[in-house]
Amino acid sequence: MSKGTYEVKVGLAEMLKGGVIMDVTNPEQAKIAEDAGACAVMALERIPADIRKDGGISRMSDPEMIFGIQEMVSIPVMAKCRIGHFAEAQVLETLEVDFIDESEVLTPADEFNHIWKHDYKTPFVCGCRNLGEALRRIAEGAAMIRTKGEAGSGNIVEAVRHMRTLMTEIKRVTRLEDDEMVAEAKNLGAPLSLVQQVAKLGRLPVPNFAAGGIATPADASLMMQLGAETVFVGSGIFKSDDPAARAKAIVEATTHYQDAKRVAKASTGLKNAMKGLDMSEIPAEERLQERGW
Amino acid sequence: MQGDFALHHRVFATLNIESVPVKVSSDLESVDGLVIPGGESTTMSLLIDSYNLRNPLKKYGATHPVMGTCAGLIMMAKVVPDKRVNPLGFMDIVVDRNAYGRQINSSTEMVSFHFNSATKMELSTTLIRAPKISEMGKDIHILGEFNQSPVAVLSGHFLGLSFHPELDGIKIFHQILFDPTSSVYYKKINQTYAA
Repeated sequence: MSKGTYEVKVGLAEMLKGGVIMDVTNPEQAKIAEDAGACAVMALERIPADIRKDGGISRMSDPEMIFGIQEMVSIPVMAKCRIGHFAEAQVLETLEVDFIDESEVLTPADEFNHIWKHDYKTPFVCGCRNLGEALRRIAEGAAMIRTKGEAGSGNIVEAVRHMRTLMTEIKRVTRLEDDEMVAEAKNLGAPLSLVQQVAKLGRLPVPNFAAGGIATPADASLMMQLGAETVFVGSGIFKSDDPAARAKAIVEATTHYQDAKRVAKASTGLKNAMKGLDMSEIPAEERLQERGW
Repeated sequence: MQGDFALHHRVFATLNIESVPVKVSSDLESVDGLVIPGGESTTMSLLIDSYNLRNPLKKYGATHPVMGTCAGLIMMAKVVPDKRVNPLGFMDIVVDRNAYGRQINSSTEMVSFHFNSATKMELSTTLIRAPKISEMGKDIHILGEFNQSPVAVLSGHFLGLSFHPELDGIKIFHQILFDPTSSVYYKKINQTYAA
């Protein structure tokens, strides 16, 4: 028998497709998420909108909070560690979280190196803004990729930018001749073998989810139609006026993303969405997506 | 609806069998059989009710072959001792969710399968936060066991698997239900067991 192989890690990511993964900060929110049909929850101390507002250093969650959420729900529980903070990742593995997010939402611990994720039995998800970044993370062992967007902004524009960029770059790679792929690998800053694999498959070799700024059912539908296989919703649910109803509506819009009538129905009668921020209100040095490389 | 449906579509493509996603009850009208994929059973159970699919699925299952893998197996059961999941009750089995533990215990295992007198094989199977069949009624045929616990069971035109053949590109289980030309087609296996 073999546990924690790369195939087993990617396998769990496959199971999460077509669903919604919700950020939660306590067991009660986790229960609301599970009851709304979330396919997994992300346990974190503060949701991105509050991290942005409060400032300070943002770290891995208290294990007690993670235990509380694991006890409350039966769906997979994910948790975040800081970029490059492999000791936090080791701790999360001993807590038996189902997925570790090496996340730009937390304050990076290492500005040069990400975690070597092949060393773990627990699967990792990492953020990306483009194909090169995605393939560098996959080379390090990520079993799932999510486009970064701009966490805690309630603004979909960056999520769209990153997904469009990724998809355009994937399409470009599929049209290249063999000899052109070496130069492309150099330009992308990604291993040639992974560039060749993307060219052959016409997609990333691992599931590709979207995150960062999804606040409405239509946002979820938009990201699914742009090529996301599942959506992460962070601040969008628990910063809105009626989290339970909004959570359910975003699940429905994700399942039926191609059916505009159902997305319309899901969008009807929801109380206010989170307020959100225009990108011009977020100074360049405060943009979470710039963390990691 | 939610889960690893894309991988099942890929298996069907290698068998030259057309497959389509089923999300609303009218989708059932055009298909000869149904796969309930791996995913999260709480999510599936909730969505089946909120999208009014429970009765159409039960009616469909009465006359059509249905396969469930992992979370799909949970949905096939008569009893699931977890009130968060309301299964469809196609097979007379009791299924415990996440019986092997969290993701860190997910694994790939060699399992011997016995389909009929002519077809036996060892296959590498992948269990992801897998469920376990804890009790079975009569008329349930065990096709494979791991650690004395059945991981593949056939009952009439229902096939339940606690692992994921679609993750390893294994075709034979899809052939059992959906490929009448195959030597392991369920009607032939059922005849073997009846004899």
